[in-house]
Amino acid sequence: MKRNLLVLGILILAACVLPFVVSNYRTFQLTLVLVYAIALLGLNILTGYNGQISLGHGAFYALGAYCAAILIDKAGVPYWATLPAAGAACFVAGFLFGLPALRLEGLYLALATFALGVAMPQLLKYHQLEKWTGGVQGIVIPKPDAPWGLPLNADQWLYFFTLAVTLVMFLLGWNLLRGRVGRALTAIRDHAIAAEAMGVDNALYKSLAFGVSALYTGVAGALSAIAVQFVAPDSFNIFVSIVFLVGIVIGGLASISGALYGALFIQFIPNIADDISTAAPWAIFGVFLIGFVYLMPTGVAGAVRLLLAKRRSAP
Amino acid sequence: MKRVACFAIALAVAFPVAAQKKYDPGASDTEIRIGNTNPYSGPASAYGTIGKSIAAYFKMLNEQGGINGRKVSFISYDDGYSPPKTVEMARKLVEQDQVLFMFQTLGTPSNTAIHKYMNMKKVPQMHVATGATKWNDPKNYPWTMGWQPNYQSEARAYAAHILKTKPNAKIGVLYQNDDYGKDYLKGFHDGLGGKKSMIVKEVSYEVSDPTVDSQILQLQASGADVFFNITTPKFAAQAIRKAYDIGWKPVHYLNNVSNSVGSVLTPAGLEKSVGIISSAYIKDATDSRWANDKAIAQWREFMSKYYPEGNQADVFNVYGYSVASTIAQVLRQCGDNLTRENVMRQAASMKGWRPETLLPGITISTSADDFAPIQQVQLERFNGKQWELFGEVLGGR
Repeated sequence: MKRNLLVLGILILAACVLPFVVSNYRTFQLTLVLVYAIALLGLNILTGYNGQISLGHGAFYALGAYCAAILIDKAGVPYWATLPAAGAACFVAGFLFGLPALRLEGLYLALATFALGVAMPQLLKYHQLEKWTGGVQGIVIPKPDAPWGLPLNADQWLYFFTLAVTLVMFLLGWNLLRGRVGRALTAIRDHAIAAEAMGVDNALYKSLAFGVSALYTGVAGALSAIAVQFVAPDSFNIFVSIVFLVGIVIGGLASISGALYGALFIQFIPNIADDISTAAPWAIFGVFLIGFVYLMPTGVAGAVRLLLAKRRSAP
Repeated sequence: MKRVACFAIALAVAFPVAAQKKYDPGASDTEIRIGNTNPYSGPASAYGTIGKSIAAYFKMLNEQGGINGRKVSFISYDDGYSPPKTVEMARKLVEQDQVLFMFQTLGTPSNTAIHKYMNMKKVPQMHVATGATKWNDPKNYPWTMGWQPNYQSEARAYAAHILKTKPNAKIGVLYQNDDYGKDYLKGFHDGLGGKKSMIVKEVSYEVSDPTVDSQILQLQASGADVFFNITTPKFAAQAIRKAYDIGWKPVHYLNNVSNSVGSVLTPAGLEKSVGIISSAYIKDATDSRWANDKAIAQWREFMSKYYPEGNQADVFNVYGYSVASTIAQVLRQCGDNLTRENVMRQAASMKGWRPETLLPGITISTSADDFAPIQQVQLERFNGKQWELFGEVLGGR
């Protein structure tokens, strides 16, 4: 336990030093990694811990992003205050979507959420909503500067802001998942009837899992809107949802640290693939994907765990 | 003493020459770095060939000795038509690859996403590949410039033609209810000027609508005898077919967005499309009238040598070649003063220069308060087999 805390402390320290040694562009990319990590943790709560497959989390990501963008653009709300609002809106949306989804299991739920994911970009273009959403043109939002005269540029400040939000979200997630709620969620995943027999309210927990998962993804969406300074329907096509699913599987299902590994993968591997071959980057990406799945069948987090266990058991 | 004087004179003579060589990041004695994003994958990947033909053009240019002795490095990344990815790639190009400027970034949403960033960084966002009118705004966005005729210029050309040939026309307009449709509509209103009352009916449709049949019926019922059709390909084909089937025979103007014979007129029915008027500004390599054209012959040679896998029937490849030769001209004009400011200044002071792949008579002209390089189009009429150009070059200055 002590050693884990030490490792965590070193990691956080490294994360704080990083923006001062790398370029602003890299800092921006690292900010996106943190944003993805929050979204992946959200999806992992639903899919990894609770066993409900979602192919439509891009929709909640979009909802969070638009909440933030509209609040900043139309209502003049400060950027930091949009995060709770986006989270709350997505929690309600996720919870409500979770209620009918209770009747759907496995692949059928995957299809229902897929429908949500593909519908989202078109709903965002809907002309009755255009005065808020900006239609196909989307919304451009200003970039926040560092407050209190801190000697940080806009990219560095945004990174630290995102880092702080990420730490809080991960702490809350860890707290939620290690206790009674986490056990109930995994029990439902592993054997729903047994869980019910143990007195777990399946319907409530499954809907709550959906809501909390959407909340995480929504907060991530809001952060992404602030970091990218722009939202448009084309930013949230179905591919976003698929990439999230790829991220949690590669990172490690039902693992909190897996969200971070998955985020690094979905941020950097497409770029690396693009560097290797501009003619067929997605083929290269596919090779990476198969390689990871083959070499680390329990995700990066699982492989790390295995490695540590081996080292510990070695004399 | 004499020697010193000689030296001083020599220095005085030599120094201004040395001082004229001015560079911003991305330019040096040997290299000019240009950045670009294109959708090589994703829903708009049909446009990816533009980026490839531009890369091929610079390859040719470098083999011929480059621009004023400098080789062009064209760095192009895939953004999959996703604006967040465009932002990331633009930042990579500007901050890490240190390009002198960005060129031909493709797509209206993608360019909107980086519009502020490029202007804040004061890095030129040159000749963007979109027809929206907002790129011509030198006052608020002095680092952004379009290239192709924008939607408003094109619509003004149709309005001018109607005023000239049918001054008592009753006009019906069908438009897509979004920024693209409204951009056209605004240009059309401006072009009609005081005669806006000639429009007897305006109806719109949503991209999500299944058909535009009822809109066509409304337009027919309004008694319109001129029809301005502002639609994207699928709806354009429906509108043409429906109008023909119900026996409505107005003078039909079709926006350039949908004037593809293959994907619009053929599905609508070629015999139903006879007489439709549209516009063009670039030579279509499939048009028999350019079979012996020198510029198109040169382009074919370029295609088979530097971009052999490219489709020679695809007008996007003529587009890429034309826009790349425009930026090459801008850089030639820059001489040894390769600063971002000078790139912008030279791009904004083109006076009647033209790549020969544009239609005869169409030229590129810009000034400090006019960032719309091509503003002219020529009208064309469909004869049942192909488009036939007619009349003079319209619009612009």
